[in-house]
Amino acid sequence: MFVLYKLYFDLSKIIFHLPATFVVFFKQIFSQSLHNMSTIIYNRFDEEVHPPRLSPDYKSTVLRAPTKPLIVVKQSLSELTGPIFGDFNLGPLDHDLTKNSVVNGQPLGERIVVHGRVVNENGQPIPNTLIEIWQANSAGRYVHKVDQHDAPLDPNFLGAGRCMTDKDGNYKFYTIKPGAYPWGNHYNAWRPNHIHFSLFGANITNRLVTQMYFPGDPLLQYDPIFLGVPPKGRDLLISQFDLSITEPHFALGYRFDFVLRGHNQTPFENS
Amino acid sequence: MKQTPSQTVGPYFAYGLSPEQYLYDFKQLVGNQLVNPIDEPDAITITGKVFDGEGVVIPDAMIEVWQNDGQQQLFGRFGTGTDPKNRFVFYTKKPASVNGQAPHLSIIVFMRGQLIHSYTRLYFSDEVELNATDEVLNVVPEERRATLIAQKTPSGYEFDIWMQGDNETVFFDI
Repeated sequence: MFVLYKLYFDLSKIIFHLPATFVVFFKQIFSQSLHNMSTIIYNRFDEEVHPPRLSPDYKSTVLRAPTKPLIVVKQSLSELTGPIFGDFNLGPLDHDLTKNSVVNGQPLGERIVVHGRVVNENGQPIPNTLIEIWQANSAGRYVHKVDQHDAPLDPNFLGAGRCMTDKDGNYKFYTIKPGAYPWGNHYNAWRPNHIHFSLFGANITNRLVTQMYFPGDPLLQYDPIFLGVPPKGRDLLISQFDLSITEPHFALGYRFDFVLRGHNQTPFENS
Repeated sequence: MKQTPSQTVGPYFAYGLSPEQYLYDFKQLVGNQLVNPIDEPDAITITGKVFDGEGVVIPDAMIEVWQNDGQQQLFGRFGTGTDPKNRFVFYTKKPASVNGQAPHLSIIVFMRGQLIHSYTRLYFSDEVELNATDEVLNVVPEERRATLIAQKTPSGYEFDIWMQGDNETVFFDI
């Protein structure tokens, strides 16, 4: 009886604390021996595709970008591990933004399905990666209190969601195509349609926050945030319309794949 | 295959990444209690502000904290937009020393105006001996090391992050 009570108590405690205290585990690959771990080295950020820290056309970088050179450190346990999120934390509609905030009807706008794959530079799929997204509604308005753009809020659309990649690194969201909106960077500045993405890869060196754009958007050529990316990287941020994943009579399909940093070991090497 | 480029987290991350902290009606996965301060006798509080190049406190930064001492792995996230002084606040436990490194937290800094996030580390002012021999701290020029050391106060530890200026925090290429 005591044991049962104790079990119940422990379980209720864990469940009660879940939203606040996040439980993390090692990823399988990193529960190897320390010796083995020390031989894995993750690639650094690829400067050919990542934006520089200071990008003056995007004005708020001027007072916020670090100015001194980054100091290179050897990757240790802290860098070679990261938080792991379990499916059990996700709600059944977390991946479906067309349904997860419905109050009295369906959200307005063009329904889309966004899916793709998360892999590393070595081409290996990254399973169990938490992907979080947020975006404006179809009128170009964010729910966020700070957004004062004079466009309507949609009572049935929050614009936030999350999902985990499956064992092959695949993910899928249902949402509404976000609208463009004006912002204060310069005269007549408009952000192109975009969805914000946040990803946790295999460890904290793989943390990625980015934005997915849509093909053929005429605003891309004027957007200093998009243009902050070197020319070689820009196409990597534009999703592709894909008729093969378009769901008949339901939603247009867009494909967007992610590539996170790779490392010096392939599955075929033994250290 | 080329890496997917980074883009800014922007000003509107709160309802997607920290919805409960910002009082949006959506469950959040991660908050600022890495340990529960009521249940954990060794809990510590870490507070700080993020400053821009003019010394103005940044009210729309998002800070993530990761710590792994081999025994315990903890992760937290907090935006600077809800505290009345625009501080970040974390409740956690000081990690143990691993392989001779001084106890430290890994910190990831995101904000509007950063096209790519910044990594730094937080060390503790009451770990003088281990800090002196820590191999990462020793790669940092001596005059800049203080930017990585949280100062012990009666109520916990204080750790400010300066994006620019004379006291610019050391950021790492990891």
